[in-house]
Amino acid sequence: AAKLSYAPSSYSTDAEPNTFEQITRYNNFYEFGTGKDEPMAYAGQLTTDPWAVKIDGLVEKPGDYDLADLLKGVALEERIYRFRCVEAWSMVVPWIGFELSEILERVGVQPGAKYVAFETLVRPEEMPGQNYPILDWPYREGLRLDEAMNPLTILATGLYGEEMPKQNGAPIRLVVPWKYGFKSIKSIVRISLTEAQPPCTWNMLQPREYGFYSNVNPEVDHPRWSQATERRIGGGLFAGRELTLMFNGYGDEVASLYAGQDLTKDF
Amino acid sequence: MSVADRINRAARRLPAWPIYLIGAALPVWLFWQGTTGGLGIDPVKAIEQRLGLWALKLIVAGLCITPLRRFAGVNLIRYRRAIGLVAFFYVVLHFLTWLVLDMGLLWSQALGDIAKRPYVTVGMVGLLALMPLALTSNDWSVRRLGALRWRLLHRLTYLAAIAGAVHFLWLVKAWPVEPFLYLGAVLGLLALRAIPRRGRTAA
Repeated sequence: AAKLSYAPSSYSTDAEPNTFEQITRYNNFYEFGTGKDEPMAYAGQLTTDPWAVKIDGLVEKPGDYDLADLLKGVALEERIYRFRCVEAWSMVVPWIGFELSEILERVGVQPGAKYVAFETLVRPEEMPGQNYPILDWPYREGLRLDEAMNPLTILATGLYGEEMPKQNGAPIRLVVPWKYGFKSIKSIVRISLTEAQPPCTWNMLQPREYGFYSNVNPEVDHPRWSQATERRIGGGLFAGRELTLMFNGYGDEVASLYAGQDLTKDF
Repeated sequence: MSVADRINRAARRLPAWPIYLIGAALPVWLFWQGTTGGLGIDPVKAIEQRLGLWALKLIVAGLCITPLRRFAGVNLIRYRRAIGLVAFFYVVLHFLTWLVLDMGLLWSQALGDIAKRPYVTVGMVGLLALMPLALTSNDWSVRRLGALRWRLLHRLTYLAAIAGAVHFLWLVKAWPVEPFLYLGAVLGLLALRAIPRRGRTAA
């Protein structure tokens, strides 16, 4: 993959990143199948160039933006983030990306906008998992506007200094490090600013299990399993478990977003 | 000679002990692969899931033996004990893998999950249901209990099979096809047993 040029970031964790192999061969990307190894096996056929992102809704400059135009002028950074899956495993990933707020500011957010909605590509001929109604395609996710504008929230176009591997959500994906991984939607083709809270795929499927916020929270369990601890991928057979951190360890940056909210209700 | 006769004739010559041998060798091979990178990025989950799936496959295989004899005249009953015991062995290893490698011996969280998480609870029910069956899977116990009581006791297999299939379906995200196939197979094989026998009056 093509090398990217980027700057380091003070938002990066000191933790040792997982290997490129671990990050690219252990993926949840149901568009290519429900197995962790299926994205690696099948994502190669995905056409990621040309790629356009429709930006619409409550914005000043809506339109179908060619990816290259969208990326013109953005400053790429390396963000080494903890990544916590709702399935209670975790990794550390050296993403390359830029703050979502850069794009939102450029297209102009109208005053009435309160949420940002995202959609993944639908192309069953290249995404074999979409031939099955496992999820209600397209995959949809959303953030509250203040979450979207937080400097930790990035659109990532690469990892390990190279263009994003297809199984990790090429060519452009969201990364929201204090939320469970499924919020970080992959292969984005649409970004909409909305007044109402947008529907989100996992929340639509099982609202009791996957809330709109889905902040990493060791005190609020998934109904079917505990979220108090996690297994760090790559530790080998006997690594055991680590304690899960509130907001995945990003409380200093994001806890204030939820002041006054009951996180057991707004889970 | 019919296919059933051929199978029966072959079965008379093939002993059951290789099932124990292969059954014991497979987990050794699995753990060895897990330590040498042969099971992918997350060997803990791979071992845990594979042992659970093998156990479920064997339980389904064990449930096939009675209907095969009744409806197809194929008699594989001499392998049933070995299949059942190896299935139990895999269920125990599956549980230990969860407790030691997956939970990392976090006893409080493990016990909490057994009590609070329905899919874990159901899995434990399956394991506990298999215990008396494993303990009585020997000739001495059959004599001691008498054939009738032994057969009644071993109907716990049905509970364990349903528990295993429900456990699988209940732990997955979304609704993939595979766990439904296992649950369907188990329920179908149990339903076959409910078909009344001809030429016999109800007691």
